[in-house]
Amino acid sequence: MSSETITSREYITHHLTNLTYGQHADGTWGLARSGEEATQMGFWALNVDTFGFSLALGMIFMFVFHRVAKRVTTGVPGGMQNFVEMIVDFVDDNVKGMFHHQSKVIAPMALTIFVWVLMMNFMDLVPIDFLPRLGEVFGLHFLKVVPSTDVNITMGLALSVFAVVIFFSIKQKGLGGFAAELAFHPFGKFGLPINLFLEIVNLLAKPISLGLRLFGNLYAGEMIFILIALLPFWIQWALSVPWAIFHILIIVLQAFIFMVLTIVYMAMAFDDH
Amino acid sequence: MNINATILGQVISFSIFVWFCMKFVWPALIGAMEERKKTIADGLEAADRAVRDLELAQNKAVDQLKEAKQEAASIIDDAKKRASTIIDESKDKAREEGDRLIVSAQAEIEQESNKAREELRSQVAVLAIAGAEKILERSISEEDNRDIVDGLAAQL
Repeated sequence: MSSETITSREYITHHLTNLTYGQHADGTWGLARSGEEATQMGFWALNVDTFGFSLALGMIFMFVFHRVAKRVTTGVPGGMQNFVEMIVDFVDDNVKGMFHHQSKVIAPMALTIFVWVLMMNFMDLVPIDFLPRLGEVFGLHFLKVVPSTDVNITMGLALSVFAVVIFFSIKQKGLGGFAAELAFHPFGKFGLPINLFLEIVNLLAKPISLGLRLFGNLYAGEMIFILIALLPFWIQWALSVPWAIFHILIIVLQAFIFMVLTIVYMAMAFDDH
Repeated sequence: MNINATILGQVISFSIFVWFCMKFVWPALIGAMEERKKTIADGLEAADRAVRDLELAQNKAVDQLKEAKQEAASIIDDAKKRASTIIDESKDKAREEGDRLIVSAQAEIEQESNKAREELRSQVAVLAIAGAEKILERSISEEDNRDIVDGLAAQL
């Protein structure tokens, strides 16, 4: 909750600013003390908060799943194994339903995306001021808790998926096949310039829409939580509880959509037209 | 809201996580799940087979029971037949034996009676002669009249 000394605007801005590590204007390296300073740091800066949370969540995910995988039993599975197998089975079903080729990469990638994005989204349900306040105790001015509200994180994922898709497109169809797909579709070889333009837009729209969809949804959700937090404390529950319940749906849905689109794009990369 | 090196960090960590997942997580889990699926499928199939086997065994048992009953019935029939023939045979034998006994008894009786008759005859001859001797008082010689006496005795 905002104290008397800071305005609503400052409160919102504070919540939307990343803890950024980079080079200051004077040439020294350190954490940015304001949003403008973070912008001035240019490209070679790191959002320590979102990247750190994303990395930590990914490691928790890998640690848990690897532990289960190491002790996996073909007999009656225990609680944790059951849970993990449920997720794996769910992902496997989706992959098998949409992707009809042989690939060792796609299913693990889909699992990684689904679980990781889900965990990153779930950070949204942590009470909005809890971790930033805790950070302030340790001297961190800003702390953005939800990694998927940082466009760097979502675009990082989307571009990685895009790179994999391009790689497999070229691997499956050859460089010529891939280029032909861009050049001779949808108007045949006489509409080549238009084809090229349309197909390249189409191609580039994939990673951008993939990354921005996740970012937009989670950013909006986070924004609403921030706005609710501006209300008097005794009425906040009336809005934050319904929104949180509704948000659970969005969290799972967005993780699922990200995974499904990844699988669909991969299937397109493997399919011949 | 700045695009910065975080995006590269995310790409790198994503690649590492996918690689790790591909190497150490996914194959083990999916392998175990497939294996369990197979085990369950095998178990169900075995159960089906056992049910079929049981049915077959029951049918076989019923058949064998029926066969055994038939055999038992035929054995009993045979035994009854055999018993009646044995009884008949022994009846016949008994009758024959009785007949034989009767015949031999009759023969013996005849023999005895003949013997008695012979004896009687010889006794009668002596008695007749003694009677005649008494009547004739020595007048008639025994030798002269023997043929008459013998003739008398033979007529007895």
